[in-house]
Parts: sequence; structure tokens; C-alpha cells
Amino acid sequence: MRITKHPILEPLDDRREVDITVDGKGMKAIEGEPIASALIAAGVMTFRRTRIRKEPRGYFCGIGLCTDCMMVVDGVPNVRTCVTPVEEGMRIETQVGLERVRVADVKD
Amino acid sequence: MLRTDVAVIGGGAAGLSAAIEASRLGARVHLVDENARPGGQLFKQIHKFFGSHSHYAGTRGFEIGEKLLEEAQKNGVETLLNSYVFGIFGKEIGIIENQMSSKWLEAKAIILCCGASERHIMFPGWTLPGVMGAGAAQTLINVHRVLPGRRFLMVGSGNVGLIVSYQILQAGGEVTAMVEALPRIGGWGVHASKIRRCGVPILTSHTIKEAHGREKVEAATIVALDENWNHIIGTERILDVDVICLVIGLRPNIELPLMAGCETMFLEGLGGWVPIHDEDMETTVEGIYVAGDCAGIEEASTAIDSGRLAGVAAAEKLGYLPGDEANIMKAQIRKTLDDLRGGPFGVQRMEAKRQLIQRAKTLRAGPDE
Repeated sequence: MRITKHPILEPLDDRREVDITVDGKGMKAIEGEPIASALIAAGVMTFRRTRIRKEPRGYFCGIGLCTDCMMVVDGVPNVRTCVTPVEEGMRIETQVGLERVRVADVKD
Repeated sequence: MLRTDVAVIGGGAAGLSAAIEASRLGARVHLVDENARPGGQLFKQIHKFFGSHSHYAGTRGFEIGEKLLEEAQKNGVETLLNSYVFGIFGKEIGIIENQMSSKWLEAKAIILCCGASERHIMFPGWTLPGVMGAGAAQTLINVHRVLPGRRFLMVGSGNVGLIVSYQILQAGGEVTAMVEALPRIGGWGVHASKIRRCGVPILTSHTIKEAHGREKVEAATIVALDENWNHIIGTERILDVDVICLVIGLRPNIELPLMAGCETMFLEGLGGWVPIHDEDMETTVEGIYVAGDCAGIEEASTAIDSGRLAGVAAAEKLGYLPGDEANIMKAQIRKTLDDLRGGPFGVQRMEAKRQLIQRAKTLRAGPDE
């Protein structure tokens, strides 16, 4: 959930909201925040499932190292959502396993 | 290919400080950082720093970050952001920019300030969403203002855990308990008493046994430990928590120093394997320096000063200031570093750093034939 009151930090009132979709469902996010932060604020904790047992994985290291939070973003798999900022209109999908990036998926 | 005098890899406390010193002394400096904004871990530190005034005592981490950024900009440091260094080949640095294109940067001197990463422990259920590093939770809470849950279990009682616990309370969360496998609290009394005053139980000689839940953390079992680290059967307790933060400690990020050919040494007091460096922070590869946590786990204030030391030494090596002037500056910085390692918590680090420097001298002298 979003922290609205804080004894030390100034409120971030000037942040702009953007619309994204997560597994086809519309969701609000704050421009520039990592995808992971938007998802967790909305209560989504499962980002990826393992290939065989389909076990849930989520936000773990927060610095782009562990691969647990990787999702399919705008058709590109293996996007590290903890270090990738949200953009207007992003299509975010739960990933299964770890995929090989196909050159055709990468936009110019 | 882009060419520069000094390339600093990593724009945290150490990297910014190194870049500021080297550029202030006249060197052309490029600072490379994988993130969209430099500052490293400083921007998630919302507590006031301790120590002397020259080390920003009484100032909050993110304010120190702002000051360093401003100074770097004023000194003309050129910053490459969203730039991931994938390798170092001699003095050529390979960079992936915006995850799309590659770029090369050639530098006469390289200062590696790659920081550290969190260590973790494994237990049944540790892969469940809701189990995360305390530093990862801290970034969410203090930088992005999102609480990943309501009730937290902290596993480990080092300073990071103590500080993050207090920050969870400030953000409106609850810290149900902190467990510590050792029979004593790991971090400083000043941080521990703060959360004790708020009613957070710190259970020493306790650890986590299991995280429960199907899709995410719904509860945790903790257990007491005997003097041989074995679970004491019958002491299990189930806690109603939805986030489990691991605060096991940090390890230096030495991947780039290793790729650059720097020799390393295992020193427990510095968090594990660290690049061997001399009194100037220069590694066993000439012209490649290390500073901050990747040269051994310490604190923000030591990171700042070790960065400054490397910055001065690199500028001196490239002829931007005469040796006698450099020696005065370096001696001053070394003095403050010694002061910072002076307390009871610094003794082990001081000794480990001494061993590292001694090893560098021995290696440089060559085999005793």
C-alpha cells in the first residue's frame, strides 16, 4: 500500500499517474516508479512462476540481481521490474520460467 | 570510442566522492552508473548520520546525496546513466546503454565503486513472495513510498535491520519481531534501543524455521537456538506476519575488479572476498582503484573518504597535482579514515584493512627469491 503520511519525508504530491495493464487488467501507477513498486502498491506480489512447479516468485533483491521479479513487459520477457521504470500504457504480464530473449521482440 | 582521464564506475557515496575529488583537481572524469539517477544507497537513508561534523553528522543520507550530486555537477563530472558496465578489458570499459546499445569508454585510470549486495539465508518457504532483503524493503518504503505489507519479521539484527525496522514503524508498518541467531544484538545500541522503546521484541539466539503461505507469506515459524546453532525443539512459535526481511549482512560486489584482473583476499572483517589495495586504494592492477563497499563492507562515511582518497590518488598518478601536495591531502584523508575506524565497532575493519594493505606491499615487492 502507498505511504501517504510520513514524519520525515515530504509528501510526493506532484507525481503524475499513468495507466498500465497487468495481465490484461487496468491499473494506476506513478510515472517513473519501478514496475515492482506499482504492483506491490496494488497488492500484486506474484511476478513470475517457476517453469515446472509453477511456484510464485516476487520482489526479492530490489537491485536487479536475483531475477525473481522478471516479467514480460510490452512483449519483451525477462524485464527486471525492480529497476525498470513504469511508462504510460505499459503491458505487463506474469512470466513463466526464464525465457530466452528473441531478437525479434526487442524494439529498435 | 569515448576517451577520458578517470572513469568512475558506480555513482554511490564512494563513486561520487571520487569523481568530485579527481575533477576538482583538474582531471576529466566520467561517472558511469547503471541506475537512472546516481546517489547509490544514499537516497534511501532517511536517518541522521553520526560522527564528526566533517562527516555530515546530523545530516540525513538523502541530503548528503543531494550535496554530492550538486558538487559533482559543479565540478563538471560527466555522468553516463542507465549505463551497465559488462566488462573491463585493459583500460577499455564496455557499457550497455539503456539495455539496448553498446558503448566503449577508454580511461587512463579507473575507480571501481561497485558497492555491495545483500546476503541471504535459505529456509523452507524462503522463495515465497513477501520474503525479501531488508535493503530491498527499504528502497520500496523510503524511495518509492510503498509498504510491501503490514506486519514484518526481521531476520538478523545488524545496523541495517535495526534502522530499517525503525523506518518501517515511521512508515506506518508493524515490526512483529526481530530474531538474531547470535546471543547478542549485531548492530549499535543506539539503533537497537530506538526500536526497543517502540516495543519491538528483539529475540537473540533465535532464528526463522519456516515461512508459511501458498501464494505469499502468511506466517512464519521462529525457533530458539542452542549454543551449537541447533533448533531447540519445542520452542517454535508461529508469528502472524506478511513480510519477512532478511538482514544477514552484505558482501562486496567484486565482479568488475575480478574481470579487471585484480587479485583478491578473504577477510571476514570486510564482508568476504575483497580486492587487494594499497594505501592509495590502488589494486594489484596499475591504474585501477577501488573504493567504498566493494573494497570492504563499511559505512557511508568511510565510503565517502575512501572515494576521496582514490580520487586524489588517481589525479596524482595522471600528473594533475605534485606529489608533495598529494601526500598532504592523502595523509589528511587517511587520518579521518583511521578516526572513523577507531571505535569498538571499527577495530576489526581497521585490522582487516591493515592486512589488505600489507598484502599489496608484499605482492608489489615480488617473490622473495
